[in-house]
Amino acid sequence: MDNIISFIVALIVAAITYSTPLLFGTLGEILTEKSGNLNLGVEGIMYMGGAIGLGGVFYYEKLAGSPNGYVAIVVAILFAFIAGAIASLIFSFITITLRANQNVTGLALSIFGTGVGQFVGEYMRVREGGYVSISNELKDFFIASPFPKFLQDIPYLGKILFSHSFFFYLAIVLAIVMHFFLKKTRKGLYLRAVGESPATADAAGINVTTNKYLATIIGGGISAIGGMVYITTLAGCTWNHEGLAGFGWLAVALVIFCMWRPLSAIWGSVLFGALMILYTRLQIPFVPTEIYKILPYVVTLVVLIISSIRNNKEKQPPASLGLAYFREER
Amino acid sequence: METVNAIELRNITKRFGSVVANDSVNLTLKRGEILSLLGENGSGKTTLMNMLGGIYFPDEGEIFVDGKPASIKSPKDSFNYGIGMIHQHFKLVDVFTAAENIVLGLEGEKGKLDRVSIRNAVQEIADKYGFDIDPDQKIYDMSVSQKQTVEIVKVLYRGADILILDEPTAVLTPQETEKLFTVMQNMKRDGKAIIIITHKLHEVLSVSDRVAVLRKGKYIGSVNTKEATQQSLTDMMVGRSVSLNIDRPVNPDKSDRLIIENLTVRDKEGVKKLDNVSFTAFGGEILGVAGVAGSGQKELLEAIAGIQKVETGSSVTYVPPEGASSQLCGMAPIDIIRNGIFLSFVPEDRFGMGLVGSMNIIDNIRLRTYREGPGPIVDSARSTALAKQIVDDLEVVTPDIDRTPIRRLSGGNVQKVLVGREIASNPTVLLTAYAVRGLDINTSHTIYNLLTQQKMKGVAVIYVGEDLDVLLELCDRILVLCGGQVSGIVDAHNVTKEEIGLLMTTVEGRGASS
Repeated sequence: MDNIISFIVALIVAAITYSTPLLFGTLGEILTEKSGNLNLGVEGIMYMGGAIGLGGVFYYEKLAGSPNGYVAIVVAILFAFIAGAIASLIFSFITITLRANQNVTGLALSIFGTGVGQFVGEYMRVREGGYVSISNELKDFFIASPFPKFLQDIPYLGKILFSHSFFFYLAIVLAIVMHFFLKKTRKGLYLRAVGESPATADAAGINVTTNKYLATIIGGGISAIGGMVYITTLAGCTWNHEGLAGFGWLAVALVIFCMWRPLSAIWGSVLFGALMILYTRLQIPFVPTEIYKILPYVVTLVVLIISSIRNNKEKQPPASLGLAYFREER
Repeated sequence: METVNAIELRNITKRFGSVVANDSVNLTLKRGEILSLLGENGSGKTTLMNMLGGIYFPDEGEIFVDGKPASIKSPKDSFNYGIGMIHQHFKLVDVFTAAENIVLGLEGEKGKLDRVSIRNAVQEIADKYGFDIDPDQKIYDMSVSQKQTVEIVKVLYRGADILILDEPTAVLTPQETEKLFTVMQNMKRDGKAIIIITHKLHEVLSVSDRVAVLRKGKYIGSVNTKEATQQSLTDMMVGRSVSLNIDRPVNPDKSDRLIIENLTVRDKEGVKKLDNVSFTAFGGEILGVAGVAGSGQKELLEAIAGIQKVETGSSVTYVPPEGASSQLCGMAPIDIIRNGIFLSFVPEDRFGMGLVGSMNIIDNIRLRTYREGPGPIVDSARSTALAKQIVDDLEVVTPDIDRTPIRRLSGGNVQKVLVGREIASNPTVLLTAYAVRGLDINTSHTIYNLLTQQKMKGVAVIYVGEDLDVLLELCDRILVLCGGQVSGIVDAHNVTKEEIGLLMTTVEGRGASS
């Protein structure tokens, strides 16, 4: 019995660790898609966030000599965010101003972003003599829980609730703030109107272009933080492109899975995280572990099928998702 | 003291390319007045109102609001002058509540949405004018009439005191229309100025104080409703007949071709678009279909072509020149085509149905012929030859037939290809809608002649048109649709434009209602 409980606790803890990069990626994409922009470049954006965020911390430590952990976290977030924001600015310019096809542009951004991430990561590695690494103190700081030890020592619950890195709690706060913004504020209402029916929003005097640009750029920045979180917490502060591969696509799937709702993204990301790491923990004879890796996509498909059959008007993508808006086209 | 006009238009002219949509129009609207703007399709009513709504800007002329010159460049400017326009197509977000839609885009005192005070303000407006509205209801749960209510409350909430309603009754049931008119009277009593665009004469007579008539972009005049009758308004609306000199030989050899009985079609919302339509189309004649836009013309053609779901009890019997007759309702579209019934529908954008804009002429022709020829490989020689023939016969002006995408051709040439392709398939029934839409006189005549040739060959041609003068000179008989019902089938050789105009707006003994 004890074995089973500790197995489950360990599984949940590991799932949450994996869920954090995913949650950032998803929250960013939700914000983007709420404006009607389908940015399929999340994979590339997370690569750029990972490589450039790591670079930021690395060079900060080199320059500062004795780095401050809090500053390092801020630097990492800032660098990753700016990288993602710039990538999304390119996407926005091409799709909003030039009105190019969003799917094609997003896929191109994915390829471009993974390339840039790879380049930056590898270039740093080669320049620094084969290994970009950060001092152990900083590494520990990135994965340390912000809560006092006695909370973490509560049996089982302490592990599940209080043992995670600062980033996980930041993502939770972000999800709640985003939920409040979208549901309770005027600006949130206007942003949703832009994603649902840009012509209506335009006629009501809402600036469609500004809303789309801002949501896409900020959303891209948030997604990029996810890449940085993977590199600094899961990959041990070294450039690991293999581990990062696929997070962006999972984030896109998770947006659909949680039906564009930030709060659902919290438990959705933990579920996806669990499915991602299940293969290392639960080995069933004769079942190839690779099959576990497709589980998140299978779950997303099932959700899509169920929601399509139910045809609930509330649980639908933003009505104008993926469409460019051009005022004179009426 | 002279009362100041809420709106005064002086010599407003608006052109689109070479088309003059409004030609030096003058119009006045007083406070506390309901003005009907009356006119046929394409007479420029909506264009004129869109200039007040900030969607178009006039090329010439001046607009005065409350006696002061106004420059309305955007919908926002229009709001600022207190003008609220309710379009035919509602601008509402489906997944939002009524209240959320109403406050959309407004600067609030706080960033947070104060749902309670918004709801109270909406309720206050509703009570004042007698609207029936639930501020918390989602738009997707609403009927068309409720959505319209939200639109009207929306402009009132924003402080509009000049309201423009673009064909508000087109989507309403008679009871809902009654309710809307009551609300309009309440608003009028409150000093609002209202313009209602409509072409239903009985509504004009029952709701408005004054009627202004437009015809082909020109302002014809205005009369006090008290002094007007349905006949006098129709005369103003359709004007005198213009002779077009279309050659109209008579084919003596007529036979039943399509027998349509009790054809009923409902749209997604369950509204009847065609109501118990029955008529017979003969081979060897052109049957014209007249009616104001959206009276069921499209549904009629699509029902015959098999791409529109029909209600049980509907029957379309096809009598081929030789052989046994067959029932088309329930038949797959491809089998209907194999029977020789071809549809060439020219929608507003010309490419919505029938042609693929980015493909060349040959490929567009191949869309009809790809099934012909042996084996699975498309017989390209056949379609190439046909394309050449159509281009030569119909004098299509094009740089080539195998490279230029068809959307680069001018409208007339595109339509020649479309009609030519359908004719080349040797139809027994040819359904055409708006075949001359946007064409100049010469090209139009080419198309008329093509249709007449088909008629002389014994084909049953059904011609849906907008221009009454053309219908009168091209067709043998004219079927008039009004709100999805047949309001009359008349002999085109001896009927007047006024008679058709009256049929278009009234079904026997009572007003039109759709």
